Amino acid sequence: MEHEISLLVESLLVADRLAAEIVVKELTQNISPIRIIETVIVPALERIGKGWEEGLVALSQVYMGGRICEKMVDGLLPPGAPDRKNQPCMALCVLKDHHLLGKQIVYSLLRAAGFELTDYGNISVEGVVERVKKDEIKVLLISVLMLPSALKIKEVRRGLDDMGLDVKIVVGGAPFKFDPQLSFAMGADAMCTTASGVVPVIEQIMEVSHGQ
Amino acid sequence: MGNRHMTSLERVLTTLGHREPDHIPLFLFFTLYGAKELGLSIKDYFSRGEHVAQGQLKLLEKYGHDCIYNFYHAPLEVQAWGAEVIYCEGGPPNSGVPIIQNIQDIETLEAPAIKACSCLEKVLTSARLLKETVQDRVPIIGVVMSPFSLPVMQLGFDRYIELIYEFPQLFQRLMEINTRFCVDWANAQLEAGSTAICYFDPVSSPTIIPRELYLKTGFKVATNTLSQINGPTATHLASGRGLSIVDDLAKTGTAIMGSSSLEDLSQVKAACKGKLTVMGNLNGIEMCGWTPEQAENEVKKAIAAAGPGGGFLLSDNHGEIPFQVPEEVLLAISRAVRRWGQYPLDWISSP
Repeated sequence: MEHEISLLVESLLVADRLAAEIVVKELTQNISPIRIIETVIVPALERIGKGWEEGLVALSQVYMGGRICEKMVDGLLPPGAPDRKNQPCMALCVLKDHHLLGKQIVYSLLRAAGFELTDYGNISVEGVVERVKKDEIKVLLISVLMLPSALKIKEVRRGLDDMGLDVKIVVGGAPFKFDPQLSFAMGADAMCTTASGVVPVIEQIMEVSHGQ
Repeated sequence: MGNRHMTSLERVLTTLGHREPDHIPLFLFFTLYGAKELGLSIKDYFSRGEHVAQGQLKLLEKYGHDCIYNFYHAPLEVQAWGAEVIYCEGGPPNSGVPIIQNIQDIETLEAPAIKACSCLEKVLTSARLLKETVQDRVPIIGVVMSPFSLPVMQLGFDRYIELIYEFPQLFQRLMEINTRFCVDWANAQLEAGSTAICYFDPVSSPTIIPRELYLKTGFKVATNTLSQINGPTATHLASGRGLSIVDDLAKTGTAIMGSSSLEDLSQVKAACKGKLTVMGNLNGIEMCGWTPEQAENEVKKAIAAAGPGGGFLLSDNHGEIPFQVPEEVLLAISRAVRRWGQYPLDWISSP
């Protein structure tokens, strides 16, 4: 699949939707949709994410790549399809932060990897704690751009702990990139430097919880 | 000029000429920090130009740095276009719902007149008051959002990226409108007393868009815009990387480049040598947790990396000192510049 992954990465980096669709369409002749996602689309997005981490790929390329793949995966695996991964029960939000791009990228990339998740949008600390309890969320993803929003994560952790909820908090965004210690100080369980890096983190959380 | 004591403006002009002044100029980019100084809420502080002028002067006296930063917050500009500004505790305000809800509205969009916007008039008031007080001793830095980066707030970041890639005609039209506004806003600040304009252009950073796309978009916009601004300009990528576009930035006509803490300052300095003055790159986020000793070490590291030969202004990497940075850390930074930033920098061992 190396050749197909390279072709797809090449198309995504220049936001060539049509070329990306041709790569995937040719594969659908012989391979199941879930296998295309797992062996071509996710590796392509991970490669782009690695490029972002190394400073070789720009945020606009990560975003456009994620959007193009999200749409293709919606075609391959429509929402509600049996192969869609709806475990663990996940939600995504920003905390009183009007910078939504990071959240949007994570949402697209996780959906492009076949996961389903709930988007809480821009929400308060109290609001997110209530929703997490009501929706029985197991993994809460918080995207951050502004430092004050990053500092609110500690309040979310406290709120969840006070209710006795076993929820993993996964965070990402600029403040954590500039200060790698910050996420742990805020009580997060994991920090991702790239949106595609969320996928292995989720898989790891699932493995641990299944092993218990 | 030798090593006699210089005014802040002389110090800055000397380093901009790629020569060594008496000591490294220190730019502490205080925005909302002035509210703390005056004991006001951030919203109250930014409600009047008089507050900002008073805050800037008190901060100047306390920290003895080399610039006045007459910048309020980024959403102020979109407020002029009709957007809501949302204040929060302990951080800069956010802009509310994007003013352009349907991208087709760009076809009929009109830029606001500077004089008609009371939110911008406050900034001009503080520029005038500051100029009356400091005259030509301390440079007063005015700020504009670049026409290429303003749409992040006008449209929302996600829709703006899609506009750049998929709607070239509407993108072009938006750049024309925004350029007119940006040039008028920059020149109004210069007329009111600002010495120079900081052109905030984070979207042009290779962190945000690839260089190939930048050359077709943000680069052309910057070249066109900066040529119409009637004063010196500095380009700030607001923590974004810039090393791979140093030569391109120099061609836009800017004199200074804000450097990210994600990049090696000595490499940035080497790339900028003779072309651009480097401004940076103390990590503003980490700064919140520094001890005074760490602050001194970070200042020494930055001076050692970029100080020799002039062409260097020490500042944070983002263009804003976070509200959470302790005063003792800022005082330690200021002391460290006095101690380790005196030219000649004999304490730096030769390579």
